[in-house]
Amino acid sequence: MADMNDNREVVLKTDHLCIQFGGLKAVDDVNLEIKKGELYGLIGPNGAGKTTVFNILTGVYKPTSGRVYLCGEDITGKAPADVNRKGIARTFQNIRLFGKLTVLENVMVGLSNQIPCSVFESVFRLPRHKKSEKECRERAIELLKVFNLDEYKDHLASNLPYGKQRKLEIARAMATNPKLLLLDEPAAGMNPNETQELMDDITFIREKFGITILLIEHDMRLVGGICEKLTVLNFGTELAKGETDVVLNHPDVVKAYIGE
Amino acid sequence: MNKLKNIQWKNYINYIAIALVLVVFVALTLVGSVSASTTSLLEEMAIKIILAVSLSLVVGFLGELSLGHAGFMCVGAYIGGKVAAVLAAPLGNGILTLVIAIVVGAASAAICGFLVGLPALRLRGDYLAITTLAFGEIVRTIFMNTSENSFGGPVGLSTPRFDKKHFYIICLIMVLITLFVIQNLIRSKHGRAIEAIRDNEIAARATGINITNYKLLGFIMSAAFAGIAGVLYSYTKFNVSSQMFDYNYSIEILVIVVLGGMGSINGSIISAVAITFLNRYLANVLTGNLAVLKDLIYALILIFIVIYNNAPALKDFREKYNFQTLVAKLKRKKASKPDTDEAQVKEDA
Repeated sequence: MADMNDNREVVLKTDHLCIQFGGLKAVDDVNLEIKKGELYGLIGPNGAGKTTVFNILTGVYKPTSGRVYLCGEDITGKAPADVNRKGIARTFQNIRLFGKLTVLENVMVGLSNQIPCSVFESVFRLPRHKKSEKECRERAIELLKVFNLDEYKDHLASNLPYGKQRKLEIARAMATNPKLLLLDEPAAGMNPNETQELMDDITFIREKFGITILLIEHDMRLVGGICEKLTVLNFGTELAKGETDVVLNHPDVVKAYIGE
Repeated sequence: MNKLKNIQWKNYINYIAIALVLVVFVALTLVGSVSASTTSLLEEMAIKIILAVSLSLVVGFLGELSLGHAGFMCVGAYIGGKVAAVLAAPLGNGILTLVIAIVVGAASAAICGFLVGLPALRLRGDYLAITTLAFGEIVRTIFMNTSENSFGGPVGLSTPRFDKKHFYIICLIMVLITLFVIQNLIRSKHGRAIEAIRDNEIAARATGINITNYKLLGFIMSAAFAGIAGVLYSYTKFNVSSQMFDYNYSIEILVIVVLGGMGSINGSIISAVAITFLNRYLANVLTGNLAVLKDLIYALILIFIVIYNNAPALKDFREKYNFQTLVAKLKRKKASKPDTDEAQVKEDA
C-alpha cells in the first residue's frame, strides 16, 4: 500500500515541530507528512497538543523550532491570513461563524480573496464591482448546493442548527480554495446520526474536490471509519503513526487511551 | 428569523427620503416660507446624521467602541474652518472655498483616523475605548492652547458663514454623499469583510481577510466623514470653540448610534433626526430655571428606550408591536382587501 502512494505530491510536511510555552513543551518534535488526497487523522487524549499543532500550521502560533512546508514551500511563521491564501483552510473546535451575516454571505467572505475588486471600484459601483459580486454570489450558491445548504442561504448563520453550522464552516473553508483542509474535532457535540452524516459529507467533499484533509478527532468510530493514516499525540510527542488499523491496535496507544 | 436582504426599494429608501426632504424645503424656500430656525434645525440634523452614520461604520459594522468621534469632528472643524477663513479673502466665500475646506478637513481628520486606527489593531474593547477617548480630549486641548492668530485658542476660531438661508442644502447634499460612500462600502465584499471581523476576528483571519487593512479603512473612512461634519459645523457658526467637542459630545453621537440599532444605517438616521429634534424642542419649551430639566428628560427617554429594547419582560410586547410586524399586518390587510371587495360585489350582484 505505502509503496503505491509514494509518487504522490507531499502537501504538508512538518519538520521537527516544537513549541514551548514557558516551561511547558506543548508540542515536541512532531513530524507530519501528508500526501495529496490523503485523509489523515491527528488523535490523542485531552491536552495532547492537537489543537496547538493546528494553530502552528495556520500561523496563530510561531513554533519555537522546526519548520512547516506546504507543497514544498516554507510557510513557517506566516500570519494566519497569509497561510490561508497559501492554501490552508480550517474549521474550529468551537464553531466560529460570522453570526450576523447570512449563510450566503459567510461563504462569500470565504470567496472574497479569489475575486478581486478594489475599495474604490466598490464605492463608486464601477463595472468590475457588479461583475465580481455576481460571480461571487453564483459561486457561493453553487458551493452551498454541494453542502445542501442552499435553502438556508438567507438565514442568519447564528440561527442555523448545530450540525448545519458545522457544515457551513466547512463550506466557508472550502470557499477559500485550499490545498489542505484542517478540521478541528468536526464531530464534537454531535449525536451518532449526525456523526454518520458528517462522515459521509467528509468522504463526499474529499472525492468531489480531490482535497487533502487533516482532522483532529476524539470519536474513534469516525477516525477508524474514514482516516487512512494517523498520528497519535500524547503530552506533545508522537506516540505512534502510520496506517489506521495498525496504529489503533498499537499497545502504547491503547495504554494512553484506556490505561493498562 | 429570515433576514431579508437585497430588496431593491429598501436599498434606496434613505436616499429617497433625504432627497424628498431636500426637494420639499427647496420648494418652500423658493416660496419664502422657511424660517431661520427651521434651516438651522435642518443643518444640525444633517450634521448629526453624518456623524452618526460615520460612527456607525466603526461601532456597528467594524465592532470597535470609539469614544473619540467628536475629536475627528474637531479636527475637521478647526482645519476646515481655518482653510475657509484664509481662502475666503482671495477666492470669495463661495462654493469653491467650501469644497476646498471640506476636502482639506476630511483629509486631516482621515490622517487622525489612521493614527487612532493603528493602536486599534492591537487594543481591544475597553482599552481601545479609553484610547479613543483620550485622543478626543487631546485634540480638543491642543486646539484650545493654540495662539490667537493660528486657531484662536480659548477664544475660538472665527470662521466665515456661508449664505445662511441656503446652507442646509449643502448639508443635505453632504448627507447624500456620506450615505452613498458608506452604504456602498458596506454593501460590497469589503463591507462583508468588515462585518466578518466584527462577528469573529479569529475566523476572519483564518478565512484570509486582511484585518489590518480593513480596520484602518474603517477608522479612516469614519474619521473623514466626521471631519466633513466638522467643516459643515464650522460653517454654521461664526465662532468654533473647542469646548463643544468634549467627550459628552462623542457620547451623544454614540447614543444616537446605539439607539438606532447597531449595524443599522437607517436606524442611525432616524435616531439622529429624533434626538436633534428632541434636544431642540426641549431647549425651546424649558426656559429659565426649567432648563435643567432638559437633560433629565433626555436621560429618562434614553433609559426608557434602552429598557424597552432589552428588557426580557417586555419581549412579547415588543414582538407584537414592532415595526416589522405592523408592516406585515398592513400588507396582509392590503392583500386581503380586494378579495372581500370582490366577494361583496358578487353578493350585491
